[in-house]
Amino acid sequence: MNVKGRVHKYGSNVDTDVIIPARYLNTAAAEELAAHCMEDIDPAFVKNVQAGDILVAEDNFGCGSSREHAPIAIKASGISLVIANTFARIFYRNAINIGLPILECPEAVEGIRAGDVVSCDLAKGVIKNETTGERFQAQPFPEFIQNIINAGGLLASIAQK
Amino acid sequence: MGMTMTQKILAAHAGLPSVAAGQLIEAELDLALANDITAPVAIREMEKAGGHVRYKDKVALVMDHFTPNKDIKAACQVKCTRAFALREGVEHFFDVGEMGIEHALLPEQGLVGAGDCVIGADSHTCTYGALGAFSTGVGSTDLAAAMMTGKGWFKVPSALRFVLRGALPRFVTGKDLILHIIGLIGVDGALYKSMEFTGEGVASLTMDDRFTVCNMAIEAGAKNGIFPVDEQTRAYLAGRFRRPVRVYEADEDAVYEKTYTIDLSALRPTVAFPHLPENTHTSWENIAIDQVVIGSCTNGRISDLRQAAEVLAGRKVAKNVRCIIIPATQEVYLQAMKEGLLESFIRAGAVVSTPTCGPCLGGHMGILADNERCVSTTNRNFVGRMGHITSEIYLASPYTAAASAVAGRLASAQEVLS
Repeated sequence: MNVKGRVHKYGSNVDTDVIIPARYLNTAAAEELAAHCMEDIDPAFVKNVQAGDILVAEDNFGCGSSREHAPIAIKASGISLVIANTFARIFYRNAINIGLPILECPEAVEGIRAGDVVSCDLAKGVIKNETTGERFQAQPFPEFIQNIINAGGLLASIAQK
Repeated sequence: MGMTMTQKILAAHAGLPSVAAGQLIEAELDLALANDITAPVAIREMEKAGGHVRYKDKVALVMDHFTPNKDIKAACQVKCTRAFALREGVEHFFDVGEMGIEHALLPEQGLVGAGDCVIGADSHTCTYGALGAFSTGVGSTDLAAAMMTGKGWFKVPSALRFVLRGALPRFVTGKDLILHIIGLIGVDGALYKSMEFTGEGVASLTMDDRFTVCNMAIEAGAKNGIFPVDEQTRAYLAGRFRRPVRVYEADEDAVYEKTYTIDLSALRPTVAFPHLPENTHTSWENIAIDQVVIGSCTNGRISDLRQAAEVLAGRKVAKNVRCIIIPATQEVYLQAMKEGLLESFIRAGAVVSTPTCGPCLGGHMGILADNERCVSTTNRNFVGRMGHITSEIYLASPYTAAASAVAGRLASAQEVLS
């Protein structure tokens, strides 16, 4: 799977409370959650984000609460890929389980700025900064994880089998 | 190569003679749990896959976050979960009247215990490590799969070891210990790893101290926190825990990525300033406050309320400070009533709420306005966690929170009681 989009960039320890504040957790509807995605860290995000855009962050992205609503909101907002130095472990599992592509690649995080256009071949883990021409290699997911993401999530992939 | 305590439990539940850090395993689960926020997402996923609950006695659903229902949408979420529990015959469904905050309730009800392997769709599921169990938080989809199969897959974690020496001084608690550790290693200092607590100082920590310590392992990024099983653990489990106690001990030659030695007697009341739990301080200037919250899965147990009462009894909450006290379970509530703690709280000018996670996650029962400051015994002080994005949360022990309520500013119990 290939993705391409404009980059929204954040720092370290972006927690799931700012990704989707608990005041909106009285629903599980993806579209409603997406309408408030990143609201407490970047109120302009929802207005600016376009389908296919890429989110880039530094360390420990998605720390805090186990709410799966966080990757659901990010995916439903149109984000096609999250690249970070590291992810918090529950967020990492949740993103895979709901079919949101994520990659750990500190070199890419270093070499990508907000507003750059970035493309990625998810199967190979090759990230290209189209704005600067720089390329980065992330560790791609093994095939069984790629199958989960391609199917749109863990239970969708189980249902397909 | 030797195994850590966590690795021993995982190996046993995977039916393997041994496991090593990094290995992917599938393990039998003793319990899978979810709450009123995470269960509806899991139920929807399960229904999409056409699945059903495999083991009706190994699932617990606790309606604790936005209950008693805070609004219409929350009420509909609980209604959906209630209907699911009934339809699937889930044995451990806790609704208003029986429910308490999940991580205080399940140990108290004897549904989790030593040697267990537990997952929960709530990040603070790591609390049960206090009982010598492996337990960790997951998302709703993992929980759905666990309800359907009774199993979960794990990457075997490496570990950090914390050797505890001595005993905590007066007015210093398990909360101060875990805040001190998070300040030491940072909010991702234990990312993907186990935090194993050991050493002769363990014996000086009460079970409630240990619950608090393990509860906040996730705030250092850990997969789990775990204490060895000792006489105190056995005494706690006796008469509650419904299954045989299984004791696992780390091997002498277990591999730890790093060992920290902590002298408990040198610790002081510790407070995490906004906006990360690692931002810890043991001294401060005059910090005026608007609200105090004493409760949550971190500090809503009976010893926490006793500590708060020690400070509040015969004193008054400062003018212009709201003090909200939330017993974590009905049993804790009743016990606090019997001991006269509730009367002390109310006479001091505090309010006492029915069990709920409520204000901890900015749900209800004590939301902060713009620029307000709160001293809270909860677990997270992220931006906007308890309300407005300009509000501030100071994480502290029940002693420090109660003392701050009396002083009207961040204060230690020592300061207020002397």
